[in-house]
Amino acid sequence: MSGGVDSSLAAAALVDAGHEVTGVTLRQWRGPAGPGPGGQGCCGLDDTEDARRVAAQLGVPHYTFDVADEFRDRVVDPFVAAYGAGRTPNPCATCNRDLRWGWLYRRARAMGFDAVATGHHARVVAEPDGGVALCRGRDRGKDQSYVLALVPPAAWARTLLPVGELTKAQVRREAARRGLRTATKPESMEICFVGRGGLRRFLGARLPLRPGPVVDRAGAVVGTHAGAAGYTVGQRRGLGVAAGARRYVLDVDPAANTVVVGTRAELLTDRVVLGGPVWHAPHLAVGTEVEVQTRAHGPVTPGVVEAIVAGGPDAGAAPAGGPDGDAASAAGDALVVRLAEPRPRVAPGQVVALYDGDRLLAGGIAR
Amino acid sequence: MIYLDHAATSPLRPSAAAALRAAYDGPLGNPSGAHTAARRAKALLEEARERVAARCGVGPAAVTFTSGGTEADNLAVKGVVRAARSVARRDPTVVVSAVEHKAVLAPADRVAAEGVRVLRAPVTTEGVVDLDRLADLLDERVVLVSVMQVNNETGVIQPLDDVAVIVRERAPRAVLHTDAVQGAVWCDPAAACRLADLVSLSAHKLGGPVGVGALVAGGPVGLHPEIEGGGQERGLRAGTPAAPGALAFAAALDEALATRAGDLARLEALRDRLEAGLLGACPGAWVNGAGAARVAGITNVGLPGVEAEPLVAMLDAAGLAAATGAACRSGASESSHVLEAMGHDTAAARSCLRLSLGWTTNDAEIDTALERIPALAADLARGLAAPVP
Repeated sequence: MSGGVDSSLAAAALVDAGHEVTGVTLRQWRGPAGPGPGGQGCCGLDDTEDARRVAAQLGVPHYTFDVADEFRDRVVDPFVAAYGAGRTPNPCATCNRDLRWGWLYRRARAMGFDAVATGHHARVVAEPDGGVALCRGRDRGKDQSYVLALVPPAAWARTLLPVGELTKAQVRREAARRGLRTATKPESMEICFVGRGGLRRFLGARLPLRPGPVVDRAGAVVGTHAGAAGYTVGQRRGLGVAAGARRYVLDVDPAANTVVVGTRAELLTDRVVLGGPVWHAPHLAVGTEVEVQTRAHGPVTPGVVEAIVAGGPDAGAAPAGGPDGDAASAAGDALVVRLAEPRPRVAPGQVVALYDGDRLLAGGIAR
Repeated sequence: MIYLDHAATSPLRPSAAAALRAAYDGPLGNPSGAHTAARRAKALLEEARERVAARCGVGPAAVTFTSGGTEADNLAVKGVVRAARSVARRDPTVVVSAVEHKAVLAPADRVAAEGVRVLRAPVTTEGVVDLDRLADLLDERVVLVSVMQVNNETGVIQPLDDVAVIVRERAPRAVLHTDAVQGAVWCDPAAACRLADLVSLSAHKLGGPVGVGALVAGGPVGLHPEIEGGGQERGLRAGTPAAPGALAFAAALDEALATRAGDLARLEALRDRLEAGLLGACPGAWVNGAGAARVAGITNVGLPGVEAEPLVAMLDAAGLAAATGAACRSGASESSHVLEAMGHDTAAARSCLRLSLGWTTNDAEIDTALERIPALAADLARGLAAPVP
């Protein structure tokens, strides 16, 4: 229970359905606010209090578990390290994998609970063969299956996502009808721990950001950046490049403190490589047609599974954009998808989710 | 419910409940007013002050009622430092033990942020303030030393008499403050008031109502008020005094001290049985501060392979109230600074369960606790060690 309307209603719906419900809020950092440079950030003390009040209203126990150390070790530090290596991480996906369906799931099972439930807009759907599938939420605009794409799929059989069947408007209406204090609470949009100061300020407090050259493919200096880490492949704004044709970030190399830019044509690729793929559906063979999603609420692109690479470095499968700056991410299992048409390269570090219609097939981290 | 969380708050004693009812059962004005109802409130307040003072072995003027232990600690730490600075004491230094309650540590951090030198006296692995190290920190510049009477997480009794001797010798100008919030019910508050210049008390830890406490002066102390306004409590604590609460506080203190001898022996036996049972049934379990003098009311047990946070939730579901350490704002417990100061790493500190006994604790509760805690701890340890199902 984050203290938001979705998890509040999820708890209420489970109580109505006759489950024996216990509310848990994960306290992800200490102190009243977030760990941002000015102490800013959401999901702070007020949100915890909201969750406690909702649980009290529902007549269910509520506990706050301190996961500040785990959150720092598993989410915040890797987030900063990924930017330091020139990648663009998705901390919500790793938080879901390592904290909600990692740390908490393990404890919930050890405590004797049958399932973990959250307020995510996604659905766990029973399959004819007895298995379960993870599907998009009914409200396509609020679907959150993308940020669940890295969760170990064995967890879905013991996961309940009650609000996935509802639209956001229905969630708010239901919450208001029940008089839940979180019914009209605004949604959190930003990365919860970065806060109002913004990404650059957050990273600047943790990484050495120094101005450096913006270069083109040929190595010619075309501008100056404010510190390579924090730039994202595909980014167009804030490059400090003089007027002319539109320039996009093609590559980020924090070690050399260099940002490479080029034209949109140079950014295009027809391949996406998912490192460390997580299989949410069996039998995903070469030749399978999939839909590729590379942003939380972004559009999907049709594609075909081109190769499934097991283990070991596989530089040959790396897309045209060049190395992503971290040897570790270029090793291990990978899944290569050929897109039906060229698309701007996915920033390395981003989550890539493959779907068949509403059904999540696999997730991985873009190389 | 099996209630083993007296160190967080202890149930209201009958005498305190009766005092509250009696106070409200009549015209109750503002003690500062000039009419019959005001005079009645004033009389109740001053009766409470005299009774608390008598139990502390001081005069009534030495008792300043506050909203609780935390406010008393804040008044002591900030009030002494600000008074010292107002008379231009140069390089004022504050020394606090590393295992003080946050109610002392946070105000100490505050005055440190204002430029005061604040030193933390380490403790031994048993949680007892290290007297040699404390002595090394003391000199003429020290304006305040704060060492608690009894630690709220471990129940370890601090050697306040030795501390007092060292402070008087090494830091003759220092005010010695002791947070006796946990100690008052187990140790004699008068003893603390003989040794220390300022003593913090809280009503609800000894069966009084929440929202009342006191800062008691064992001797003359220069103190600046923290809460300013109408000049109540001889200018040390503005705001309408809570006369009924103060009276109930006095009643609870009277009852606690009148029944103290019998309670101590009875609860010590229960505590020993609880500890022996847990140590016998939980493989590798240990008691924090076992080698130190401890009060009967608190036991802090480390359970290898267990995490106290989920265990407390499981115990709650099984009808048993326990705690991980100091309860804080939203129910979460940070890794304990007390256990870490005693040399435990974070994982060990997170495995520690605090069980605290008090005036309502009986044999049957300990029997039930000994049935449920080892069984649930074993379940949890097994679950945490197994592959995720």
